[in-house]
Amino acid sequence: MTTSGTATVTLLTDEQILITREFDAPKHLVFKAFTTPELVKQWWHANRGEMTVAEIDLRPGGRWRYAAVADGGMEVGFHGEYREIVPNERVVSTEAFEGIPDPDANATLNTATFTEADGRTTLTILVEAPSKEVRDAMIDSGMEAGMQDALDLLEQAAVALR
Amino acid sequence: MARAATTADAFNAVAEPRRRQILDALAAGERPVNDLVRLLGLAQPQVSKHLRVLREVGAVDVREQGRQRLYRLNGHALKPIHDWVQEYERTWTERFDRLDAVLEDLKQKEEGDGNDD
Repeated sequence: MTTSGTATVTLLTDEQILITREFDAPKHLVFKAFTTPELVKQWWHANRGEMTVAEIDLRPGGRWRYAAVADGGMEVGFHGEYREIVPNERVVSTEAFEGIPDPDANATLNTATFTEADGRTTLTILVEAPSKEVRDAMIDSGMEAGMQDALDLLEQAAVALR
Repeated sequence: MARAATTADAFNAVAEPRRRQILDALAAGERPVNDLVRLLGLAQPQVSKHLRVLREVGAVDVREQGRQRLYRLNGHALKPIHDWVQEYERTWTERFDRLDAVLEDLKQKEEGDGNDD
C-alpha cells in the first residue's frame, strides 16, 4: 500500500482554498477514480459514513450530486454543475452544500487539476467562493459539522463506558 | 452571528501572505515593529497596516516599552482557524487515503488487462 502523505490545505486569499495531494498513479487513473460514480463511492465518504448517492453527468452543463449517510443516520448532500471538462487534465464545477440555507447562492467554484510527472500525479483542487461571506458561511457550516463529529465521538465514548 | 463575525475576521487576517509572515515571526517571540520591517523587507506603514488588521481580530497584542511598541502573538484568537483547517485537512486526507486504495486496484486491473493482450 502506498501512502503519499497528508492533504495540504492552504488559505490562499479571502475567497480561495487550495487542496493538494500527490498520488502514486498515472493521471488517467486518478481522473477515472475522480469522475466514475462507483469509484467515487469508494473514497469520497472519508470514513464518515456510507455514500448513498454518486451521480455524475460528466459534460459541461451536466450536473452531479453526492450524498452520504453518517453513522448517526443524517444525510449530507452536495451537488453542482460541471463547467469545464478536459479529460485527464481538469474538471471545473460548482459545489453547493445542501446543509445550509440557499445552497446554490452559496456555491463555490472548484477547479481540479491533474498533473503527472514520473508516473505520479499531483491533484490540486482550488475552491473559490464568490465572496468572502460565502467563504465564511462555508467555514462556519464546516466548523459546525466538525464540532458535531466531535460530539458524536464523545457520545459514543460515553455509551461505551456504560 | 457574533461567532461568525469573529471567525470571519480571523480567517481574513491569515489569508494574506504578509500577515502570515508576521504571525510566523511573532511565533518565535515578542518583537518591535522595526524587527518586523527588517524581516519582511516592507516599508513601515505597510507593516503597521498589517499589524492593525491583526490587532483588530486579536491575533496580536501590543504593549509599550519605553519608546518601543512590542508585538506578540495571541494564539487563542487563531484557534478557530486552526481547528477548521485541521478538520478540513483531516477529511481530505482520509478521502485521499481511500483514493490511494482505489488507485491501487485500478493499476492492478490495468496491468492484468495488459497481460491478457
